[in-house]
Amino acid sequence: MRYILALIFALLPLMALAQQQETWEDRAMFHGSGSGSGPTLTILSSTDRSFFAPIITSFLAQRPDLSIEYLVSGTAEIDRIFRQDPSGFDLVISSAMDLQFKLTNDGHALAIEGVTTPDWAQWRQSLFGFTTEPAAIVVRRADFAGHSLPQTRQDLIKALRARPEVFRNRLGTYDIRQSGLGYLFATQDARASETYWRLMEVMGSLGTRLYCCSGDMITDLQKGELAVAYNVLGSYAAARTKDSEELAIILPADFPITMMRSGFVSAQTKQPKHARDFIRHLLKVQSAPVDPGIFPLPPLIPALDPRPQSAIGLGPALMTYLDPLKRRTFLQEWTSAVIQ
Amino acid sequence: MTESPKVSGSLRNRLAVTLIGGASLLAVLLFLVVRTYAAQIAQQGQDSILGASVTSILDAAVLRDDQVEIDFPYAAFSMLTTPAHDRVFYAIYRDAELLSGYADLPLPKGSDSGERRYQSAEFIGKPIRISTASRTLLGADVKTRITVSVAQTQDALSDRLNAISRNIASFGIGFFVLVVLLSFWATSSTIAPLNRLATSVTRRGPQDLSPVIKPVPTEMLPLVASLNRLMARLNQSLTQSEDFIAEAAHRVRTPLATVRSHAETTLQRVDKEQNRQALRAMIRAIDESSRAAGQLLDHAMITFRADQLEYQQLDLVELVQKLVLRLSPVAEMKDIDLRFLGDQPVLCQGDPILLQNAIRNLIDNALKYSPSESAIDIWVTSQPQPQVEIRDQGPGFPIDEISDLAQRFSRGNNAAGTIGSGLGLTIAQDVAIAHGGKLALSNHTGGGACVIFSL
Repeated sequence: MRYILALIFALLPLMALAQQQETWEDRAMFHGSGSGSGPTLTILSSTDRSFFAPIITSFLAQRPDLSIEYLVSGTAEIDRIFRQDPSGFDLVISSAMDLQFKLTNDGHALAIEGVTTPDWAQWRQSLFGFTTEPAAIVVRRADFAGHSLPQTRQDLIKALRARPEVFRNRLGTYDIRQSGLGYLFATQDARASETYWRLMEVMGSLGTRLYCCSGDMITDLQKGELAVAYNVLGSYAAARTKDSEELAIILPADFPITMMRSGFVSAQTKQPKHARDFIRHLLKVQSAPVDPGIFPLPPLIPALDPRPQSAIGLGPALMTYLDPLKRRTFLQEWTSAVIQ
Repeated sequence: MTESPKVSGSLRNRLAVTLIGGASLLAVLLFLVVRTYAAQIAQQGQDSILGASVTSILDAAVLRDDQVEIDFPYAAFSMLTTPAHDRVFYAIYRDAELLSGYADLPLPKGSDSGERRYQSAEFIGKPIRISTASRTLLGADVKTRITVSVAQTQDALSDRLNAISRNIASFGIGFFVLVVLLSFWATSSTIAPLNRLATSVTRRGPQDLSPVIKPVPTEMLPLVASLNRLMARLNQSLTQSEDFIAEAAHRVRTPLATVRSHAETTLQRVDKEQNRQALRAMIRAIDESSRAAGQLLDHAMITFRADQLEYQQLDLVELVQKLVLRLSPVAEMKDIDLRFLGDQPVLCQGDPILLQNAIRNLIDNALKYSPSESAIDIWVTSQPQPQVEIRDQGPGFPIDEISDLAQRFSRGNNAAGTIGSGLGLTIAQDVAIAHGGKLALSNHTGGGACVIFSL
């Protein structure tokens, strides 16, 4: 018995080390203006620090005794990391609604009573959507000089077919095998229309680069390595292109796919009160029309044309494409269309 | 007067309690039955959706190169959306191997007949409902069995059941209140004939012993028949008593009068002083007997009449005046001055025969105890209530016995030399009480007894 205990104690730092060794895309500590000796909330997030920092700062302004550790990773990674150690994180913020939904469905989220948010933007008072963000087609205006910008997927297919020499190997989209958000966009796209598959086949035949994240796609667009990026997060693109006319952000007019960034408090959090307060603060900040200069994330209810019919709803149906059998079938189809 | 009958419960209460108790029992029963039924229907609703979900997954299963592919529709899970955001779990098995879903989702026990099966279980600490079905897939050279379970928590179901329960409960309470009102109405209308009978019997005059002839409900027929028989018997026995009293008065008084007149005649013929004294004693005894007989009959009559007074409007002054006139000769024989005061008519309600009797007895008493050549004052006034005050100049009442004097056969210790039965004051008091009044005895400060008979 003693040996087992000794072994466990010997392994504990190793396990902690293992967690430490997670390769985060970004990690940052935020301290309140207080002594800094107060409790620390750990947030596991898929949102870039620059987008989320204003929300954290405004929260810490109200709660100067707290500190917040902000860990950024990909959506699929977040799901894996959190499931490994559900007590190690207080809050989970992710744009992959399906993964977030499954975590909530599996009982990993703590219910928060008395939160006023639209019914379609919450599930079981545990998982809360706090942005509405459309998937956009982002194009370099330079590559469409003299041609009209495509407004629908159909337009895009026509444009790609018309000038394959311009677009060959200059198309980008999510690698849905890696990106949870990319997979969500792809499955919702495929569910909405067969056009998606034709577009994927066209893109596949022209050679498509696959990305893990919206940010990288936008970078490559700006560098001119890409001409068209499909299913990019509109909010990221808008933030990155605010002073330039270089890129055009197109919300497909045929059927836009709008997702919500969502967050929940871990059921095993050691700071349930502070974590709940953070979610309340987050929803408060994001429910009103926000000044994009201060809070770059789009609000939950966009000022213009909410188009709720196209928003992905929080519901059990989100689990459909997470099923391994279903996922295997979908990925097979996608791979054969895109990678060829 | 009459002893009030002992009460054992109330028919009205018993009836109301039975009806209300029955109603509350029925309301509770209704609630339980309807709730159970609603729970069944709600469960059937959830089961059919779970079953449809299972079927849609199972139908999508195909065997391709000995590999199972299940490209189940989006609707398989979206149909499980509920307003209460119920959690959804599922498991897909190929024979005994988990293909996807939740490994620890409980599987139904027992033989697999291929039918859809439903069971309730607990999963991650929550009650869930599971639907399970199987299907056999046949490949080129392989035969495999796919089993699909879809489960859902029951939050929406219990929300709906709670809402239904609240509705049924309010219906039940409404129903109960209605029945309570109805039961009060039913009780009153059932008891009404009984009350009517009681009122009609109570309202009868004292002499009215005729049978009840109004129609009554069947259930009351035996009671009314018995009542009628009882009244007939009572009528008969009352008639007999009255006859007996009249007869007895006649039979006793007349012979006594005869004996007295013989004794007086004999007294005049007899010269020997010894014999004369004996005869005087005899007359005295006869007087006493005659008076006692009279008073006994009076008392009997009063006892009989007091229960059923025959009220009449009468003038107390006139009544007393007549008595004074009638008793004046007796007073004159003893040289007693009967002084009557009162000229305004004093109107009151009373039984004239009883009142006469009572007041005569009081004046008699006063005459008896008054010494010769004295006066008796009789006042009749209407203030504060109709009353007759009789004051003599005799020895007065013995102070220490004043409260016992009105007892039957009780005489004052100073009455030794006076003829009397001891019933006079009793009669007067009984009459006063029967009229709702009282008899007050006192001694006048200037000597003499004072009796106030008030109504």
